[in-house]
Amino acid sequence: MRSVNNLEEIRRIISLHKRWDLIFLIVGVVALMIAILIFMALFLHMLIEGMPRLSLDFFTSFPSRRPESAGILSAWVGTTLVMLVTAFAAVPLGIGSGVYLEEYAPKNLLTEIIEINVTNLAGVPSIIYGLLALGLFVYQLGFGQSILAAGLALALLILPVVIVATREAIRSIPVTIREGAYALGATKWQTVSDHLLPYSSAGILTGIIIGLARAIGETAPIITIGALTFIAFLPPSPIKSEFPYLSFEWLTAPFTVMPIQMFNWVSRPEEAFQLNAAAAGLVLVAMTLAMNGLAIYLRYRMRKNIKW
Amino acid sequence: MQLELDKSTESVKYKSEVKDLSFFYGGFNALKKIDMVLHDKKITALIGPSGCGKSTFLRCFNRMHDLYPGNRYDGQIILYPDNVNILASSVDPIEVRMRISMVFQKPNPFPKSIYENVAYGLRVRGIKQRAILDEKVEIALRNSALWDEVKDRLHDLAFNLSGGQQQRLCIARALATDPEILLFDEPTSALDPIATASIEELITDLKNKVTILIVTHNMQQAARVSDYTAYMYLGELIEFNVTDTIFIKPKNKQTEDYITGRFG
Repeated sequence: MRSVNNLEEIRRIISLHKRWDLIFLIVGVVALMIAILIFMALFLHMLIEGMPRLSLDFFTSFPSRRPESAGILSAWVGTTLVMLVTAFAAVPLGIGSGVYLEEYAPKNLLTEIIEINVTNLAGVPSIIYGLLALGLFVYQLGFGQSILAAGLALALLILPVVIVATREAIRSIPVTIREGAYALGATKWQTVSDHLLPYSSAGILTGIIIGLARAIGETAPIITIGALTFIAFLPPSPIKSEFPYLSFEWLTAPFTVMPIQMFNWVSRPEEAFQLNAAAAGLVLVAMTLAMNGLAIYLRYRMRKNIKW
Repeated sequence: MQLELDKSTESVKYKSEVKDLSFFYGGFNALKKIDMVLHDKKITALIGPSGCGKSTFLRCFNRMHDLYPGNRYDGQIILYPDNVNILASSVDPIEVRMRISMVFQKPNPFPKSIYENVAYGLRVRGIKQRAILDEKVEIALRNSALWDEVKDRLHDLAFNLSGGQQQRLCIARALATDPEILLFDEPTSALDPIATASIEELITDLKNKVTILIVTHNMQQAARVSDYTAYMYLGELIEFNVTDTIFIKPKNKQTEDYITGRFG
Protein backbone atom coordinates (compact mmCIF):
# COMPACT_ATOMS: atom_id res chain seq x y z
CA MET A 1 0.00 0.00 0.00
CA ARG A 2 2.76 2.36 1.00
CA SER A 3 4.80 1.68 -2.12
CA VAL A 4 1.84 2.59 -4.38
CA ASN A 5 1.51 5.89 -2.57
CA ASN A 6 5.19 6.44 -3.06
CA LEU A 7 4.95 5.73 -6.76
CA GLU A 8 2.17 8.30 -7.18
CA GLU A 9 4.24 10.81 -5.28
CA ILE A 10 7.22 10.12 -7.53
CA ARG A 11 5.12 10.55 -10.64
CA ARG A 12 3.76 13.84 -9.36
CA ILE A 13 7.28 15.13 -8.73
CA ILE A 14 8.48 13.96 -12.15
CA SER A 15 5.64 15.70 -13.95
CA LEU A 16 6.31 18.84 -11.94
CA HIS A 17 9.95 18.76 -12.93
CA LYS A 18 9.13 17.95 -16.53
CA ARG A 19 7.07 21.13 -16.76
CA TRP A 20 10.37 23.01 -16.75
CA ASP A 21 11.53 20.96 -19.71
CA LEU A 22 8.45 22.12 -21.60
CA ILE A 23 8.88 25.75 -20.55
CA PHE A 24 12.49 25.79 -21.66
CA LEU A 25 11.60 24.07 -24.92
CA ILE A 26 9.12 26.86 -25.71
CA VAL A 27 11.58 29.62 -24.72
CA GLY A 28 14.31 28.00 -26.80
CA VAL A 29 12.16 27.60 -29.91
CA VAL A 30 10.90 31.20 -29.65
CA ALA A 31 14.46 32.53 -29.26
CA LEU A 32 15.64 30.55 -32.25
CA MET A 33 12.64 31.64 -34.34
CA ILE A 34 13.27 35.33 -33.56
CA ALA A 35 16.83 35.00 -34.85
CA ILE A 36 15.90 33.00 -37.94
CA LEU A 37 12.77 34.97 -38.83
CA ILE A 38 14.50 38.34 -38.61
CA PHE A 39 17.27 37.11 -40.89
CA MET A 40 14.76 35.58 -43.28
CA ALA A 41 12.70 38.79 -43.34
CA LEU A 42 15.77 40.88 -44.11
CA PHE A 43 16.96 38.47 -46.75
CA LEU A 44 13.54 38.19 -48.40
CA HIS A 45 13.12 41.95 -48.42
CA MET A 46 16.49 42.27 -50.11
CA LEU A 47 15.63 39.47 -52.51
CA ILE A 48 12.33 41.03 -53.56
CA GLU A 49 13.85 44.50 -53.96
CA GLY A 50 17.10 43.48 -55.58
CA MET A 51 16.15 40.49 -57.72
CA PRO A 52 14.67 42.49 -60.62
CA ARG A 53 17.92 44.51 -60.90
CA LEU A 54 20.08 41.41 -61.23
CA SER A 55 21.03 40.98 -64.85
CA LEU A 56 24.19 40.50 -66.85
CA ASP A 57 24.34 44.27 -67.39
CA PHE A 58 24.41 44.83 -63.64
CA PHE A 59 27.65 42.84 -63.43
CA THR A 60 29.28 44.40 -66.50
CA SER A 61 28.45 48.07 -65.93
CA PHE A 62 30.33 50.73 -64.03
CA PRO A 63 28.51 52.85 -61.45
CA SER A 64 26.52 55.69 -63.00
CA ARG A 65 24.48 58.77 -62.07
CA ARG A 66 21.49 57.05 -63.66
CA PRO A 67 20.46 54.23 -61.32
CA GLU A 68 18.99 52.02 -64.04
CA SER A 69 22.29 51.82 -65.94
CA ALA A 70 24.56 51.61 -62.86
CA GLY A 71 26.34 48.33 -62.15
CA ILE A 72 28.88 46.67 -59.87
CA LEU A 73 31.68 45.87 -62.32
CA SER A 74 34.33 47.93 -60.54
CA ALA A 75 33.08 46.71 -57.15
CA TRP A 76 33.22 42.97 -57.78
CA VAL A 77 36.51 43.19 -59.65
CA GLY A 78 37.89 45.28 -56.76
CA THR A 79 36.60 42.84 -54.15
CA THR A 80 38.07 39.88 -56.03
CA LEU A 81 41.51 41.51 -56.36
CA VAL A 82 41.55 42.67 -52.73
CA MET A 83 40.62 39.15 -51.58
CA LEU A 84 43.42 37.76 -53.73
CA VAL A 85 45.97 40.00 -51.98
CA THR A 86 44.44 39.16 -48.59
CA ALA A 87 44.65 35.43 -49.21
CA PHE A 88 48.21 35.58 -50.54
CA ALA A 89 49.33 37.53 -47.48
CA ALA A 90 47.28 35.91 -44.71
CA VAL A 91 47.63 32.25 -45.71
CA PRO A 92 51.42 31.82 -45.50
CA LEU A 93 51.77 34.17 -42.51
CA GLY A 94 48.87 32.53 -40.66
CA ILE A 95 49.87 28.92 -41.31
CA GLY A 96 53.51 29.70 -40.56
CA SER A 97 52.67 31.34 -37.24
CA GLY A 98 50.24 28.58 -36.30
CA VAL A 99 52.72 25.80 -37.03
CA TYR A 100 55.47 27.64 -35.18
CA LEU A 101 53.36 28.19 -32.07
CA GLU A 102 52.09 24.61 -32.04
CA GLU A 103 55.20 22.67 -32.95
CA TYR A 104 58.36 24.77 -32.59
CA ALA A 105 57.84 27.47 -29.96
CA PRO A 106 59.46 26.75 -26.59
CA LYS A 107 56.84 26.52 -23.86
CA ASN A 108 57.66 29.59 -21.80
CA LEU A 109 56.08 32.79 -20.53
CA LEU A 110 56.80 34.76 -23.70
CA THR A 111 55.12 32.13 -25.88
CA GLU A 112 52.14 32.11 -23.56
CA ILE A 113 51.79 35.91 -23.75
CA ILE A 114 51.96 35.73 -27.55
CA GLU A 115 49.37 32.94 -27.64
CA ILE A 116 46.90 34.86 -25.47
CA ASN A 117 47.36 37.98 -27.58
CA VAL A 118 46.87 36.18 -30.88
CA THR A 119 43.48 35.02 -29.64
CA ASN A 120 42.66 38.53 -28.41
CA LEU A 121 43.63 40.08 -31.74
CA ALA A 122 40.57 38.44 -33.29
CA GLY A 123 38.43 40.67 -31.08
CA VAL A 124 40.05 44.01 -31.99
CA PRO A 125 37.53 46.25 -33.82
CA SER A 126 38.21 46.23 -37.55
CA ILE A 127 38.48 50.03 -37.79
CA ILE A 128 41.59 49.84 -35.61
CA TYR A 129 43.18 47.65 -38.26
CA GLY A 130 42.08 50.26 -40.80
CA LEU A 131 43.90 53.00 -38.87
CA LEU A 132 46.99 50.84 -38.54
CA ALA A 133 46.95 50.12 -42.26
CA LEU A 134 46.46 53.82 -43.06
CA GLY A 135 49.52 54.76 -41.04
CA LEU A 136 51.71 51.83 -41.98
CA PHE A 137 50.84 50.73 -45.50
CA VAL A 138 49.35 53.88 -47.05
CA TYR A 139 51.79 56.48 -45.68
CA GLN A 140 54.83 54.83 -44.10
CA LEU A 141 55.44 52.21 -46.77
CA GLY A 142 53.98 54.41 -49.49
CA PHE A 143 51.53 51.90 -50.97
CA GLY A 144 48.95 54.67 -51.33
CA GLN A 145 45.19 54.17 -51.33
CA SER A 146 45.61 51.00 -53.30
CA ILE A 147 44.40 47.44 -53.67
CA LEU A 148 47.66 46.32 -52.06
CA ALA A 149 47.09 48.43 -48.94
CA ALA A 150 43.47 47.26 -48.62
CA GLY A 151 44.37 43.60 -49.12
CA LEU A 152 47.11 43.76 -46.52
CA ALA A 153 44.79 45.54 -44.05
CA LEU A 154 42.21 42.77 -44.40
CA ALA A 155 44.98 40.18 -44.15
CA LEU A 156 45.95 41.62 -40.75
CA LEU A 157 42.31 41.42 -39.77
CA ILE A 158 41.89 37.73 -40.58
CA LEU A 159 45.39 36.64 -39.56
CA PRO A 160 44.28 35.64 -36.03
CA VAL A 161 41.46 33.56 -37.54
CA VAL A 162 43.91 31.66 -39.76
CA ILE A 163 46.42 31.21 -36.93
CA VAL A 164 43.81 29.89 -34.51
CA ALA A 165 42.32 27.57 -37.16
CA THR A 166 45.77 26.19 -37.99
CA ARG A 167 46.57 25.53 -34.34
CA GLU A 168 43.20 23.90 -33.65
CA ALA A 169 43.53 21.71 -36.73
CA ILE A 170 47.04 20.57 -35.80
CA ARG A 171 46.01 19.98 -32.21
CA SER A 172 43.16 17.71 -33.30
CA ILE A 173 45.69 15.23 -34.73
CA PRO A 174 46.13 12.45 -32.16
CA VAL A 175 49.39 12.55 -30.25
CA THR A 176 50.07 8.91 -31.27
CA ILE A 177 50.28 9.96 -34.94
CA ARG A 178 52.86 12.64 -34.14
CA GLU A 179 54.83 10.25 -31.98
CA GLY A 180 54.58 7.60 -34.70
CA ALA A 181 56.29 9.96 -37.12
CA TYR A 182 58.97 11.02 -34.64
CA ALA A 183 59.59 7.40 -33.63
CA LEU A 184 60.57 6.60 -37.22
CA GLY A 185 63.31 9.21 -37.02
CA ALA A 186 61.49 12.11 -38.65
CA THR A 187 62.67 15.63 -37.90
CA LYS A 188 60.24 18.34 -36.84
CA TRP A 189 59.99 19.66 -40.36
CA GLN A 190 59.44 16.18 -41.82
CA THR A 191 56.70 15.59 -39.26
CA VAL A 192 55.10 18.96 -40.05
CA SER A 193 55.28 18.71 -43.84
CA ASP A 194 54.60 14.98 -44.28
CA HIS A 195 51.97 14.56 -41.58
CA LEU A 196 50.71 17.51 -39.56
CA LEU A 197 49.98 19.87 -42.46
CA PRO A 198 48.42 17.27 -44.80
CA TYR A 199 46.21 15.84 -42.05
CA SER A 200 45.10 19.25 -40.84
CA SER A 201 44.62 20.82 -44.27
CA ALA A 202 40.82 20.49 -44.13
CA GLY A 203 40.65 22.43 -40.89
CA ILE A 204 43.15 25.03 -42.04
CA LEU A 205 41.35 25.53 -45.35
CA THR A 206 38.05 25.94 -43.54
CA GLY A 207 39.64 28.58 -41.31
CA ILE A 208 41.04 30.44 -44.32
CA ILE A 209 37.69 30.50 -46.10
CA ILE A 210 35.80 31.56 -42.96
CA GLY A 211 38.36 34.34 -42.55
CA LEU A 212 38.00 35.47 -46.16
CA ALA A 213 34.21 35.35 -45.84
CA ARG A 214 34.57 37.74 -42.92
CA ALA A 215 36.96 39.99 -44.81
CA ILE A 216 34.77 40.23 -47.91
CA GLY A 217 32.06 42.09 -46.01
CA GLU A 218 34.35 44.43 -44.08
CA THR A 219 33.76 48.10 -44.78
CA ALA A 220 35.33 50.10 -41.96
CA PRO A 221 39.03 49.41 -42.61
CA ILE A 222 38.57 49.90 -46.35
CA ILE A 223 36.91 53.28 -45.84
CA THR A 224 39.72 54.27 -43.47
CA ILE A 225 42.30 53.48 -46.08
CA GLY A 226 40.39 55.55 -48.57
CA ALA A 227 38.67 53.37 -51.14
CA LEU A 228 36.85 55.42 -53.74
CA THR A 229 33.09 55.41 -53.63
CA PHE A 230 32.62 56.14 -57.29
CA ILE A 231 34.98 54.61 -59.78
CA ALA A 232 34.36 54.15 -63.48
CA PHE A 233 37.45 52.29 -64.60
CA LEU A 234 39.10 48.95 -63.87
CA PRO A 235 42.58 48.37 -62.47
CA PRO A 236 45.20 47.45 -65.10
CA SER A 237 44.93 43.84 -66.20
CA PRO A 238 47.32 41.43 -64.47
CA ILE A 239 47.91 39.63 -67.77
CA LYS A 240 49.73 41.40 -70.61
CA SER A 241 50.08 40.43 -74.23
CA GLU A 242 53.84 41.09 -74.34
CA PHE A 243 56.71 39.79 -72.18
CA PRO A 244 56.77 39.16 -69.20
CA TYR A 245 53.00 38.66 -69.60
CA LEU A 246 52.31 39.23 -65.89
CA SER A 247 51.89 42.71 -64.50
CA PHE A 248 51.52 43.85 -60.93
CA GLU A 249 50.42 47.40 -61.74
CA TRP A 250 46.93 46.56 -60.48
CA LEU A 251 48.28 46.32 -56.95
CA THR A 252 48.79 50.07 -56.77
CA ALA A 253 45.54 51.02 -58.53
CA PRO A 254 42.70 52.85 -56.77
CA PHE A 255 39.65 50.68 -56.25
CA THR A 256 36.28 50.13 -54.64
CA VAL A 257 34.73 47.03 -53.12
CA MET A 258 31.21 45.60 -52.85
CA PRO A 259 30.27 46.85 -49.37
CA ILE A 260 31.46 50.36 -50.20
CA GLN A 261 29.50 50.38 -53.44
CA MET A 262 26.44 49.33 -51.41
CA PHE A 263 27.11 51.99 -48.78
CA ASN A 264 27.37 54.61 -51.50
CA TRP A 265 24.05 53.61 -53.07
CA VAL A 266 22.23 53.39 -49.75
CA SER A 267 23.26 56.96 -48.92
CA ARG A 268 21.71 58.30 -52.15
CA PRO A 269 18.30 59.98 -51.83
CA GLU A 270 16.83 58.40 -55.01
CA GLU A 271 14.66 55.34 -54.41
CA ALA A 272 16.08 53.55 -57.47
CA PHE A 273 19.57 53.46 -55.98
CA GLN A 274 18.16 51.61 -52.94
CA LEU A 275 17.17 48.82 -55.32
CA ASN A 276 20.73 48.74 -56.66
CA ALA A 277 22.03 48.49 -53.10
CA ALA A 278 19.70 45.56 -52.41
CA ALA A 279 20.87 43.80 -55.58
CA ALA A 280 24.53 44.35 -54.67
CA GLY A 281 23.73 43.06 -51.17
CA LEU A 282 22.28 39.90 -52.69
CA VAL A 283 25.47 39.35 -54.66
CA LEU A 284 27.57 39.91 -51.52
CA VAL A 285 25.47 37.49 -49.45
CA ALA A 286 25.66 34.92 -52.26
CA MET A 287 29.47 35.28 -52.35
CA THR A 288 29.70 34.78 -48.58
CA LEU A 289 27.32 31.81 -48.57
CA ALA A 290 29.19 30.26 -51.50
CA MET A 291 32.48 30.55 -49.61
CA ASN A 292 30.99 29.02 -46.47
CA GLY A 293 29.44 26.27 -48.57
CA LEU A 294 32.81 25.59 -50.14
CA ALA A 295 34.38 25.37 -46.68
CA ILE A 296 31.81 22.81 -45.55
CA TYR A 297 32.23 20.77 -48.73
CA LEU A 298 36.03 20.78 -48.54
CA ARG A 299 35.98 19.80 -44.90
CA TYR A 300 33.66 16.90 -45.71
CA ARG A 301 35.70 15.78 -48.72
CA MET A 302 39.09 15.92 -47.05
CA ARG A 303 38.02 14.37 -43.78
CA LYS A 304 36.49 11.35 -45.49
CA ASN A 305 39.82 9.52 -45.53
CA ILE A 306 40.80 10.42 -41.98
CA LYS A 307 39.20 8.70 -39.03
CA TRP A 308 40.16 9.54 -35.49
CA MET B 1 70.00 -3.36 -7.54
CA GLN B 2 72.51 -6.05 -8.46
CA LEU B 3 72.03 -8.22 -11.48
CA GLU B 4 71.43 -11.77 -10.45
CA LEU B 5 71.69 -13.67 -13.67
CA ASP B 6 72.31 -17.35 -14.15
CA LYS B 7 75.93 -18.18 -14.88
CA SER B 8 74.82 -19.86 -18.10
CA THR B 9 73.59 -16.58 -19.62
CA GLU B 10 76.79 -14.65 -19.05
CA SER B 11 78.32 -15.80 -22.31
CA VAL B 12 75.35 -14.35 -24.18
CA LYS B 13 76.00 -11.12 -26.08
CA TYR B 14 74.43 -7.95 -24.74
CA LYS B 15 72.73 -5.59 -27.17
CA SER B 16 72.29 -2.88 -24.60
CA GLU B 17 73.15 -2.19 -21.02
CA VAL B 18 71.24 0.14 -18.72
CA LYS B 19 73.37 1.70 -16.01
CA ASP B 20 72.01 3.58 -13.04
CA LEU B 21 69.13 5.04 -15.08
CA SER B 22 66.86 7.56 -13.40
CA PHE B 23 64.20 9.60 -15.13
CA PHE B 24 62.31 12.73 -14.07
CA TYR B 25 59.06 14.24 -15.36
CA GLY B 26 59.78 17.74 -14.06
CA GLY B 27 60.12 17.16 -10.32
CA PHE B 28 58.62 13.67 -10.36
CA ASN B 29 61.13 10.85 -10.14
CA ALA B 30 59.55 8.21 -12.40
CA LEU B 31 62.49 5.78 -12.71
CA LYS B 32 64.90 5.10 -9.89
CA LYS B 33 68.43 3.91 -10.56
CA ILE B 34 67.68 1.05 -12.92
CA ASP B 35 70.39 -1.43 -13.96
CA MET B 36 69.51 -3.96 -16.60
CA VAL B 37 70.69 -5.56 -19.84
CA LEU B 38 69.09 -6.44 -23.14
CA HIS B 39 70.37 -9.70 -24.58
CA ASP B 40 71.11 -9.67 -28.29
CA LYS B 41 68.30 -11.18 -30.42
CA LYS B 42 66.26 -12.09 -27.37
CA ILE B 43 62.91 -10.88 -26.11
CA THR B 44 62.87 -9.03 -22.81
CA ALA B 45 59.52 -8.30 -21.17
CA LEU B 46 58.76 -5.48 -18.74
CA ILE B 47 55.93 -6.29 -16.34
CA GLY B 48 54.44 -4.55 -13.34
CA PRO B 49 51.28 -2.80 -12.16
CA SER B 50 49.96 0.34 -13.90
CA GLY B 51 52.06 3.41 -13.19
CA CYS B 52 55.17 1.40 -12.26
CA GLY B 53 57.20 3.17 -14.96
CA LYS B 54 57.54 0.36 -17.50
CA SER B 55 56.33 2.48 -20.45
CA THR B 56 58.44 5.40 -19.23
CA PHE B 57 61.43 3.06 -19.20
CA LEU B 58 60.68 1.76 -22.70
CA ARG B 59 60.38 5.29 -24.06
CA CYS B 60 63.87 6.15 -22.76
CA PHE B 61 65.28 3.75 -25.38
CA ASN B 62 64.17 5.91 -28.32
CA ARG B 63 64.45 9.24 -26.49
CA MET B 64 60.69 9.80 -26.88
CA HIS B 65 60.77 11.93 -23.74
CA ASP B 66 62.84 14.52 -25.58
CA LEU B 67 59.66 15.57 -27.42
CA TYR B 68 58.25 17.17 -24.29
CA PRO B 69 59.75 19.91 -22.14
CA GLY B 70 60.82 19.39 -18.53
CA ASN B 71 61.94 15.75 -18.85
CA ARG B 72 65.38 14.72 -17.63
CA TYR B 73 67.45 11.52 -17.84
CA ASP B 74 70.17 10.51 -15.45
CA GLY B 75 72.48 7.56 -15.98
CA GLN B 76 73.23 5.65 -19.17
CA ILE B 77 71.79 3.33 -21.77
CA ILE B 78 74.76 1.85 -23.63
CA LEU B 79 74.16 0.46 -27.08
CA TYR B 80 76.48 -2.28 -28.33
CA PRO B 81 78.54 -3.05 -30.35
CA ASP B 82 79.58 0.58 -30.74
CA ASN B 83 79.43 1.29 -27.01
CA VAL B 84 77.57 4.59 -27.26
CA ASN B 85 75.44 6.08 -24.49
CA ILE B 86 72.21 6.94 -26.31
CA LEU B 87 71.08 9.21 -23.48
CA ALA B 88 74.10 11.48 -23.82
CA SER B 89 73.13 15.01 -24.81
CA SER B 90 75.73 14.86 -27.58
CA VAL B 91 73.74 12.07 -29.26
CA ASP B 92 70.95 13.29 -31.53
CA PRO B 93 67.62 11.68 -30.52
CA ILE B 94 66.75 11.39 -34.22
CA GLU B 95 69.80 9.19 -34.74
CA VAL B 96 68.68 7.02 -31.80
CA ARG B 97 65.19 6.68 -33.28
CA MET B 98 66.67 5.63 -36.60
CA ARG B 99 68.44 2.75 -34.86
CA ILE B 100 65.67 1.77 -32.45
CA SER B 101 62.08 1.44 -33.68
CA MET B 102 58.89 1.46 -31.67
CA VAL B 103 55.42 -0.07 -31.92
CA PHE B 104 52.75 1.71 -29.92
CA GLN B 105 49.91 0.60 -27.68
CA LYS B 106 47.15 1.55 -30.10
CA PRO B 107 47.71 0.86 -33.80
CA ASN B 108 48.66 4.29 -35.20
CA PRO B 109 48.94 3.97 -38.98
CA PHE B 110 49.22 7.26 -40.86
CA PRO B 111 46.17 8.22 -42.94
CA LYS B 112 48.09 7.17 -46.05
CA SER B 113 48.23 4.01 -48.14
CA ILE B 114 49.53 0.70 -46.76
CA TYR B 115 52.60 1.08 -48.97
CA GLU B 116 53.34 4.65 -47.88
CA ASN B 117 53.01 3.69 -44.23
CA VAL B 118 55.70 1.04 -44.52
CA ALA B 119 57.86 3.18 -46.79
CA TYR B 120 57.78 6.26 -44.56
CA GLY B 121 60.75 5.32 -42.40
CA LEU B 122 62.75 4.71 -45.57
CA ARG B 123 61.69 8.01 -47.10
CA VAL B 124 62.79 9.79 -43.91
CA ARG B 125 66.20 8.25 -44.53
CA GLY B 126 66.23 9.78 -47.99
CA ILE B 127 65.61 6.61 -49.99
CA LYS B 128 63.81 7.56 -53.19
CA GLN B 129 64.50 4.77 -55.68
CA ARG B 130 61.27 2.95 -56.39
CA ALA B 131 62.91 -0.47 -56.72
CA ILE B 132 64.56 -0.30 -53.30
CA LEU B 133 61.37 0.98 -51.67
CA ASP B 134 59.30 -1.77 -53.32
CA GLU B 135 61.69 -4.45 -52.16
CA LYS B 136 62.02 -3.19 -48.60
CA VAL B 137 58.26 -2.73 -48.25
CA GLU B 138 57.65 -6.28 -49.43
CA ILE B 139 60.26 -7.74 -47.07
CA ALA B 140 58.87 -5.79 -44.11
CA LEU B 141 55.31 -6.87 -44.91
CA ARG B 142 56.40 -10.49 -45.29
CA ASN B 143 58.27 -10.33 -42.00
CA SER B 144 55.18 -9.00 -40.27
CA ALA B 145 53.00 -11.74 -41.80
CA LEU B 146 50.84 -9.23 -43.61
CA TRP B 147 52.04 -9.56 -47.20
CA ASP B 148 49.57 -12.21 -48.34
CA GLU B 149 46.65 -10.24 -46.97
CA VAL B 150 47.55 -6.89 -48.52
CA LYS B 151 49.71 -7.58 -51.58
CA ASP B 152 46.80 -6.84 -53.94
CA ARG B 153 45.85 -3.59 -52.27
CA LEU B 154 49.08 -1.92 -51.26
CA HIS B 155 47.69 1.45 -52.30
CA ASP B 156 44.50 1.20 -50.26
CA LEU B 157 44.20 3.34 -47.17
CA ALA B 158 45.70 1.77 -44.07
CA PHE B 159 42.54 2.68 -42.12
CA ASN B 160 40.59 0.08 -44.09
CA LEU B 161 42.53 -2.72 -42.39
CA SER B 162 41.26 -4.44 -39.22
CA GLY B 163 42.77 -3.54 -35.85
CA GLY B 164 45.09 -6.54 -35.80
CA GLN B 165 46.19 -5.92 -39.39
CA GLN B 166 46.83 -2.26 -38.55
CA GLN B 167 49.07 -3.29 -35.67
CA ARG B 168 50.99 -5.71 -37.92
CA LEU B 169 51.30 -2.84 -40.41
CA CYS B 170 52.82 -0.71 -37.65
CA ILE B 171 55.26 -3.55 -36.94
CA ALA B 172 56.13 -3.69 -40.64
CA ARG B 173 56.64 0.07 -40.60
CA ALA B 174 59.01 -0.28 -37.66
CA LEU B 175 60.82 -3.24 -39.28
CA ALA B 176 61.29 -1.70 -42.72
CA THR B 177 64.29 0.32 -41.56
CA ASP B 178 66.15 -2.71 -40.13
CA PRO B 179 66.23 -1.48 -36.52
CA GLU B 180 68.72 -2.84 -33.99
CA ILE B 181 66.13 -2.92 -31.22
CA LEU B 182 62.36 -3.08 -31.57
CA LEU B 183 60.32 -1.58 -28.72
CA PHE B 184 56.74 -2.72 -28.10
CA ASP B 185 54.54 -0.70 -25.75
CA GLU B 186 51.65 -3.03 -24.79
CA PRO B 187 51.11 -3.85 -28.47
CA THR B 188 48.06 -6.05 -27.97
CA SER B 189 46.11 -4.16 -25.32
CA ALA B 190 43.73 -2.70 -27.93
CA LEU B 191 43.21 -6.00 -29.79
CA ASP B 192 40.90 -8.99 -29.54
CA PRO B 193 42.27 -12.42 -28.48
CA ILE B 194 42.68 -13.77 -32.03
CA ALA B 195 44.59 -10.70 -33.22
CA THR B 196 46.60 -10.84 -30.00
CA ALA B 197 47.62 -14.44 -30.72
CA SER B 198 48.82 -13.54 -34.21
CA ILE B 199 50.84 -10.58 -32.92
CA GLU B 200 52.43 -12.74 -30.21
CA GLU B 201 53.34 -15.36 -32.78
CA LEU B 202 54.86 -12.66 -34.93
CA ILE B 203 56.90 -11.24 -32.05
CA THR B 204 58.26 -14.70 -31.27
CA ASP B 205 59.23 -15.17 -34.93
CA LEU B 206 60.99 -11.81 -35.00
CA LYS B 207 63.48 -12.54 -32.28
CA ASN B 208 65.89 -14.22 -34.67
CA LYS B 209 66.17 -10.93 -36.52
CA VAL B 210 66.08 -8.23 -33.87
CA THR B 211 66.45 -7.56 -30.16
CA ILE B 212 63.04 -6.94 -28.63
CA LEU B 213 61.90 -5.08 -25.52
CA ILE B 214 58.20 -5.42 -24.80
CA VAL B 215 56.01 -3.79 -22.16
CA THR B 216 52.99 -5.80 -21.20
CA HIS B 217 50.56 -5.89 -18.31
CA ASN B 218 49.47 -9.34 -19.36
CA MET B 219 51.64 -11.75 -17.39
CA GLN B 220 50.68 -14.76 -19.50
CA GLN B 221 51.89 -12.84 -22.51
CA ALA B 222 55.24 -12.15 -20.85
CA ALA B 223 55.53 -15.83 -19.93
CA ARG B 224 54.60 -16.95 -23.46
CA VAL B 225 56.80 -14.72 -25.56
CA SER B 226 59.81 -13.53 -23.57
CA ASP B 227 63.22 -14.97 -22.77
CA TYR B 228 63.91 -12.50 -19.97
CA THR B 229 61.52 -10.67 -17.70
CA ALA B 230 61.91 -7.59 -15.56
CA TYR B 231 59.44 -6.84 -12.81
CA MET B 232 59.06 -3.15 -11.98
CA TYR B 233 57.24 -1.45 -9.15
CA LEU B 234 56.98 2.28 -8.38
CA GLY B 235 59.82 3.20 -10.72
CA GLU B 236 62.20 0.58 -9.40
CA LEU B 237 63.41 -2.59 -11.02
CA ILE B 238 62.55 -5.22 -8.40
CA GLU B 239 63.72 -8.33 -10.18
CA PHE B 240 65.25 -9.21 -13.53
CA ASN B 241 65.97 -12.74 -14.66
CA VAL B 242 65.30 -15.48 -17.16
CA THR B 243 61.55 -15.60 -17.69
CA ASP B 244 61.15 -19.17 -16.41
CA THR B 245 62.91 -18.31 -13.17
CA ILE B 246 60.80 -15.20 -12.64
CA PHE B 247 57.61 -17.14 -13.12
CA ILE B 248 58.53 -20.42 -11.41
CA LYS B 249 60.69 -19.41 -8.49
CA PRO B 250 61.07 -15.66 -8.14
CA LYS B 251 63.64 -14.63 -5.57
CA ASN B 252 61.78 -11.56 -4.42
CA LYS B 253 58.60 -11.73 -2.34
CA GLN B 254 57.06 -8.71 -4.13
CA THR B 255 57.60 -10.35 -7.52
CA GLU B 256 56.02 -13.53 -6.28
CA ASP B 257 52.98 -11.67 -4.93
CA TYR B 258 52.49 -9.91 -8.26
CA ILE B 259 53.02 -13.03 -10.39
CA THR B 260 50.61 -15.07 -8.34
CA GLY B 261 48.00 -12.34 -8.59
CA ARG B 262 47.99 -11.36 -4.94
CA PHE B 263 48.16 -7.73 -6.03
CA GLY B 264 48.50 -5.61 -9.16
